[in-house]
Amino acid sequence: MAVLVLPRECWDRIVAHCLGELPLEACGLVAGTTRPGWYPEAALAVVSQVYPASNSARSARLYTVEPADLLRADRSAEAAGLSLIGVWHSHTHTPAYPSPTDIAQAPDPDWHYLLVSLADSEPVLRSYRVVDGVVSEEPVAGAV
Amino acid sequence: MAVEVRLPNILRPMAGGEASVKAEGENLREVFDDLIEQYPGLRASLLTPEGGLHRHLSVFLDDDDVRYLGGLDAKVTPSATVTLMPAVAGG
Repeated sequence: MAVLVLPRECWDRIVAHCLGELPLEACGLVAGTTRPGWYPEAALAVVSQVYPASNSARSARLYTVEPADLLRADRSAEAAGLSLIGVWHSHTHTPAYPSPTDIAQAPDPDWHYLLVSLADSEPVLRSYRVVDGVVSEEPVAGAV
Repeated sequence: MAVEVRLPNILRPMAGGEASVKAEGENLREVFDDLIEQYPGLRASLLTPEGGLHRHLSVFLDDDDVRYLGGLDAKVTPSATVTLMPAVAGG
């Protein structure tokens, strides 16, 4: 199982964006680098930048990353020598686990899918891989 | 005239692993037709069975979303860059 390294400041920005967009679902993109390991458990993905995006669905149950925001994030990441490696979105009332819609619409099997649940008093952030409809949670480690 | 077409990660395996390819056309439809002729495996990701723009694909002509430029009828200039990106959505 690969590890997603998510620096504290990135976690803070993601959660702040999710809270700020309530009552609607929030979304955004993460950029960074990935390092394959000799074995799957040694793979490492490091988030370096987060790009809050507009949810063009403007919904409390659905999200669509505004295409123009996706393009801007992709270009910004590339200019910084990074790649877009995933997407986050919030679940306003449900757990931080991919919904059937999330699984069906996961755009890239190489991406990391971060879910932020705002169902409880404290936000919960988890990260997953979605490959051929199979969901696997991955550890999230905060950088020192 | 050939334009640069930039591909997202998910489509690169269908274009020989290339991140950027060239395609000929004076509008987006012709560019897509040429792209599909070069890389037939891309067809299902670019177009619906009826020949329309796939709804899970965002297409940009330089900085502009082609939905606002006439979709597949959007005119393409020689210096343009066509950027393809997957729609990112869920719930």
